[in-house]
Amino acid sequence: MSGKAYIREMPKTTWWLSHSRYRRYVAREVTCIPIGIYTAVLIWGLMRLSQGALAWEGFLGALNSPLSILFHLVAFVFAIVHTISWFNVTPSAMRVQIGEDFAPGAVIIGVHYAGWVVVSLIVLFMAGV
Amino acid sequence: MEKIQIDIAIVGAGGAGLRAAIALAESDPNLRIALLSKVYPMRSHTCAAEGGAAGVIKGDDSLDLHFSDTVGGGDWLCDQDAVEYFINEAPKELTQLEHWGCPWSREPDGSVAVRPFGGMKIKRTWFAADKSGFHILHTLFQTSLQYPSIRRFDEFYTTDLLVEDGRCQGCTAIEMSTGLMYQFQAKSVIVCAGGAGRIFSFTTNGAIKTGDGMALAFRAGVALKDMEFVQYHPTGLPGTGILLTEGCRGEGGILVNKDGYRYLQDYGMGPEPPIGEPVLKTMELGPRDRLSQAFWHEQRKGNTIPTQWGDCVHLDLRHLGEKKISERLPLVRDLSVSYVGKDPVHDLIPIRPVVHYMMGGIHTDINAATTMPGLYAAGECACVSINGANRLGSNSLSELLVFGKRAALNAIEYISSSGKDVDDAAVTKLANEAQGRITTLFQKSNGTETISGLRKEMTDTMEQGAGIYRTEESLKETCNKLNELRSRFSAVELNDKSNVFNTDLFSALELGAMLDVAETVAVGALERKESRGSHQRLDYTQRDDNNYLKHTLAYHDKTDAPRIDYRDVVITKSKPGVRDYSGGKK
Amino acid sequence: MSERQVEVEILRYDPETDQAPKLQSYSVPCQEEWVVLDAITYIKDHIDTTVSFRWSCHMAVCGSCGMMVNGEPALSCKSFLRDYPDKIRIEPLAHFPIVRDLVVQLDDFMEKLNRVKPYIIPKEKKSVSDGQHKQSPAQLKAFNQYTLCINCTLCYAACPQYGLVPDFIGPAAMALAHRYNLDSRDGGRDQRQEVVATDEGVWECSFVGACSDVCPKQVDPAGAIQQMKIASTVDWYKEHLMPWSKP
Repeated sequence: MSGKAYIREMPKTTWWLSHSRYRRYVAREVTCIPIGIYTAVLIWGLMRLSQGALAWEGFLGALNSPLSILFHLVAFVFAIVHTISWFNVTPSAMRVQIGEDFAPGAVIIGVHYAGWVVVSLIVLFMAGV
Repeated sequence: MEKIQIDIAIVGAGGAGLRAAIALAESDPNLRIALLSKVYPMRSHTCAAEGGAAGVIKGDDSLDLHFSDTVGGGDWLCDQDAVEYFINEAPKELTQLEHWGCPWSREPDGSVAVRPFGGMKIKRTWFAADKSGFHILHTLFQTSLQYPSIRRFDEFYTTDLLVEDGRCQGCTAIEMSTGLMYQFQAKSVIVCAGGAGRIFSFTTNGAIKTGDGMALAFRAGVALKDMEFVQYHPTGLPGTGILLTEGCRGEGGILVNKDGYRYLQDYGMGPEPPIGEPVLKTMELGPRDRLSQAFWHEQRKGNTIPTQWGDCVHLDLRHLGEKKISERLPLVRDLSVSYVGKDPVHDLIPIRPVVHYMMGGIHTDINAATTMPGLYAAGECACVSINGANRLGSNSLSELLVFGKRAALNAIEYISSSGKDVDDAAVTKLANEAQGRITTLFQKSNGTETISGLRKEMTDTMEQGAGIYRTEESLKETCNKLNELRSRFSAVELNDKSNVFNTDLFSALELGAMLDVAETVAVGALERKESRGSHQRLDYTQRDDNNYLKHTLAYHDKTDAPRIDYRDVVITKSKPGVRDYSGGKK
Repeated sequence: MSERQVEVEILRYDPETDQAPKLQSYSVPCQEEWVVLDAITYIKDHIDTTVSFRWSCHMAVCGSCGMMVNGEPALSCKSFLRDYPDKIRIEPLAHFPIVRDLVVQLDDFMEKLNRVKPYIIPKEKKSVSDGQHKQSPAQLKAFNQYTLCINCTLCYAACPQYGLVPDFIGPAAMALAHRYNLDSRDGGRDQRQEVVATDEGVWECSFVGACSDVCPKQVDPAGAIQQMKIASTVDWYKEHLMPWSKP
């Protein structure tokens, strides 16, 4: 209504520094970067595999470098953090009503962890572990 | 001054105003409707009502019983033809709300549930947990959004009704964000601006309940009826005055004094049934006036509990259990824990009576019409009267719907049959005069009075002199004080000279409205030399049907106290009897 | 009853006299059980009557008194002084233009609320004389949580997306759309999806979750939006993989 209403500008790149809640959010979002890089590494590995045994050996050798090991450790930690933070918010995105009440959050989260364990076991089994 | 030409203006966008707007829009999509409110509709005080809305739907109930409960509850001051109409329409209106999406609490079989409420022989109060008013308001507001013909003017403060040729032809209102006054030329105006609990020190009412609508009609020459009947709700939180719904007692809550004794049985409302098994229309489910009066007596006897906020009694809900409280009274639990640090699941809650509702208001007939052609009123600001000398809990929310709709339909009939247009020149002149009055207020300098100072003196004198029990002396003192405050009000200067959202200005206008309304309460109480319902005099303790089976009418006098007149109550089926809230044998 | 002297800073702004908002400090003798709103009304009544702010119910049900209290969106009537230090900074709700002092412009929010069609679009034709709809307690519980929104707009003040992307429909409006989608009496989900399953609707949300954090009524608008994202995704697959199925 009033044309002279004052608009407070939001700092476009540093807004998230102002509150711990936003800092935690950005930290969560940032975990996808190492995961993204890891996915690229996997695809690169698939490509090397398709180029023959020599290329594949070269790829495996590169994985053994200290830098690569460090990266994989970091990516692994970030993947855990990513997984835990997303699993924790699943109850509000997936409400399961049984009768009158809703399944407790712990159950929804528990099912996700259970699924993670099952899939991990299958993958490990197929990898011959 | 910008002119807005419409067919019907509604002042106030709470339950009654929104219901009226929807009724208008549904009836004729070509009607030009303006819905004015000094707050956004969702902020209207309807949102604070908790307990529920009464309507006869269950097999064990009857319209006759709702009728007799209401008329007896009102101590026979209700107009019985209006009550008859009301109880018949209430169930239909509540069902309409159900169709519009209101989340009524349900029985296991999926039908709408009802709960017991004070003064009712059979339970008939529809409820939405303990946020019934909130859900009703939001249902109405959201439903209204589908009608583009309802033009809303949110945060417009209505200052004057424009009356010319003996009829209402519109109103002036200030756009709060700019300070600009607008002229609304309308063939009919419906006032739905709520009650005036803020004239008292302790009230459940929010800041906005300042009787603006009542003052509008009053100053335009329409009488305010039965203003001395002010309801104290028995269970308000001490200090803040926050409401704890009657539904607490409907679900089985009990009231005890400092000895843990259910004292209500000493005041003709016993015998005491087992805890958690309330007997309707007795003890804690008696009518609000009797319960508040009992507190006053207990306080005199020294049986109340002193707290940091003053004397209280205790509300005991512990026997309901956590599950029931979480399901049916979640807001009550939240409020108690937050504002007095007591959890109803484990603790006794300190409570005391606080001003809650005005039975009185703008004098209307059974059609929601005032004595001024073109002017209608509905809701708490109006007095039909269906509530008489004391309102039963949960009749008010139903009243908003029934009479909001009725006012709308009758307004439509009026404008189509009267054939008269708005007199542009005359009305514009009046509007300019209204603007002039605001300008004068703005330009006032060397003020010696403060708004908050005068307001405090007003609320103090009302609480002391016109409270639960009144005497000739206390009322005379209050009347004199209010008279004095009215003249001192002219010495108020606005510190805020801005045009943009000037709350100093609006506080001043609200104070002016409150002073006018307060005077009608005090003078009406002084002149009514009997005790009836919520109006109790220590010097005239009995009900006097010979002299006072009448409504009080208060008329505005520009320079002096209101002039009082009387009007007979409409009695049809129920002759004045004894209000019996005892469960025992006679 | 103990009293505490609290320094209350309020961001003041009058467009007729100020170029920009600035903080003004007041020293307020506060009672122990007061809320922030009590301190502000004390200032208005006894120190400076020019301070403008909205309030009404003082019991967290009308939604008028939303403000930034020490940088956090809160209802001033439910913010207890006992939880705050001796210095409190009060500013108008973030992400809204300031009209005057603590009063913000809510036009954008009101428009968005209107846009999502927040009313029953009946599933079946039924007149009042046909009686009530039956709705089981379980069916009521399915959507009840989302009916509790008091339109206080604290969620909009907390949501960084709304701050960065003003076109974003926002938490409360979408939670209300979801409320109607889940109501067993309603048949209007398709119409609402057209409004909310859009770029400026659910897909602008990145699940920061700040809205649900600050919501005074535990409505969980973030959850509502994610549920609508899932529903919208399922709709899309159904439409493209099973075009014969009814939406």
